[in-house]
Amino acid sequence: MTNEHSFAALEINGLEKTYNNGFQALKGISLNVKAGDFFALLGPNGAGKSTTIGVICSLVSKTAGQVSVFGHNIDTHFTEAKQCIGVVPQEFNFNQFEKVLDIVITQGGYYGLPRRVALERAEKYLRLLDLWDMRGMVSRTLSGGMKRRLMIARALVHEPKLLILDEPTAGVDIELRRSMWEFLEKVNATGTTIILTTHYLEEAESLCRNIAIIDAGTIIENTSMKALLRKLTREVFVLDTKEGISTELKLPGFVFRLMDEHCFEVEVDQHQTLNQLFELLAEQGITITSMRNKANRLEEMFVSVLNAPDDSEANDSEVDSSTTQAKGAAV
Amino acid sequence: MNMLGQWIAFKTIVYREIRRFLRIWVQTLVPPAITIALYFVIFGSLIGSRIGDMGGFDYMQFVVPGLIMMAIIQNAYGNVVSSFFGTKFQRNIEEMLVAPVKEITILLGYVVGGMTRGLAVGGIVTVLALFFTDLNVHNWWVTISMVFLTALVFSLAGFINAIFAESFDDISIIPTFVLTPMIYLGGIFYSVDLLPEFWANVSLVNPILYMVNGFRFGILGASDVGILQAYVMLLLFVAIGFSSALYLLTRAERLRS
Repeated sequence: MTNEHSFAALEINGLEKTYNNGFQALKGISLNVKAGDFFALLGPNGAGKSTTIGVICSLVSKTAGQVSVFGHNIDTHFTEAKQCIGVVPQEFNFNQFEKVLDIVITQGGYYGLPRRVALERAEKYLRLLDLWDMRGMVSRTLSGGMKRRLMIARALVHEPKLLILDEPTAGVDIELRRSMWEFLEKVNATGTTIILTTHYLEEAESLCRNIAIIDAGTIIENTSMKALLRKLTREVFVLDTKEGISTELKLPGFVFRLMDEHCFEVEVDQHQTLNQLFELLAEQGITITSMRNKANRLEEMFVSVLNAPDDSEANDSEVDSSTTQAKGAAV
Repeated sequence: MNMLGQWIAFKTIVYREIRRFLRIWVQTLVPPAITIALYFVIFGSLIGSRIGDMGGFDYMQFVVPGLIMMAIIQNAYGNVVSSFFGTKFQRNIEEMLVAPVKEITILLGYVVGGMTRGLAVGGIVTVLALFFTDLNVHNWWVTISMVFLTALVFSLAGFINAIFAESFDDISIIPTFVLTPMIYLGGIFYSVDLLPEFWANVSLVNPILYMVNGFRFGILGASDVGILQAYVMLLLFVAIGFSSALYLLTRAERLRS
């Protein structure tokens, strides 16, 4: 008898997908997500994130490769594999004419939950997601944020071990987004493995412990969030000053740009320290009143990884060894 | 998921299908009742009284079994084709595809849902028919089995149509250009004995002829085709329809990317 706890939550080997029109969405990706992880799968639009999720959930047929969920191969043990997965898709895909409670209970029925159990679970998750008062409403009348939460409640009704969320907070206001983060952290704390795709990189940085970046059907980065952020070679800070600053501001060794009389931005690379910067500012009698990152750290890393030269460029043209090394570090 | 789980999933689909057609009863139950009542009034009472006997019965008695069967056929087919295509169109078919529901469970759930609507409308139409004529059932077993088999065949046909359909046009083309002519040429309004030999033989490839005449045998005890022949043909259509629908659903290339 297999023990699901001894397996990875998700194991993908050499996954390929070529659509009927010839477009190769996945070019042999491999991925391993540990049980209990909160994992981010990031990439630009059209990179292959949703295709990967579609294959895992049996909504997209793969061309080649192997996928296992808690040790259950999705080809040979698809029933067991499906029982482990809950999925929140990118687009609303519930019946727009059904009532909220019916949608969640019906999904429980598809997983073989007796109606009494499905009703108990539906109440539990609709209450946790602040939707219980809307249980009698027809789903199409819900706001965008409520629809997103309804899909999360629906995905959790059979209490899956692996929850996959494809851009769950798209179009959701910041207050609601933060409450959804708290909810997902609680779900993860109960032992549920979560895989998240998002375009809000602050979301991924705040929630996820491990990360993979996919671009053009290839995994170009797969590491822990901490390790990835350590690779960040420079950060840009925006500083507000108490005193007015002029074009005579001197910060030798730092690249900076005046924004206005009381604000400037400065680049700090991995060989420089903020202490050095503050010493230079203090010498000139400038008091800093506030300081912030210009962009989210993961966002900067994400852009730098995506902008790294890819294999095709290396194959198509001669490149010097330093370029090749940089590419090697990114893969 | 074990057999009990599949049974729960099956009941869930059937319950959802019944809830759907009851929720929109003004669209699903009332129009066929009105349409068939008009047939009773026009073809049965007004025109029928001038036609005289048909197949040894007065025209109203002759036409009622066919009209009941027509309501069952159209509604069993229409329920499955519109519901399953709607599920594809709204993409909530993904709710079932991501779950461990077997294809045969999905198929049976939709088919039983379609049969339920067909039988519900058939029941309503039968009650309406009692306002126009007396119905004395000749053979209950034949009557009931013909109704069930017919609803089953056309629920399966509706399911196959819905799998292939990619637009709302695709779910109206078959009912308009195939199903309606088959119904009207299936011996509902006339006995095939009235047709020239060639056209009478052509009618024998129309499955609706066997359903209407089998049902008419159950009610009146008279039929244009042999009752055994009718059962054989219906069981053949069930076998072909069921295996085709299950094969198409299992391959599911039109449902999955």
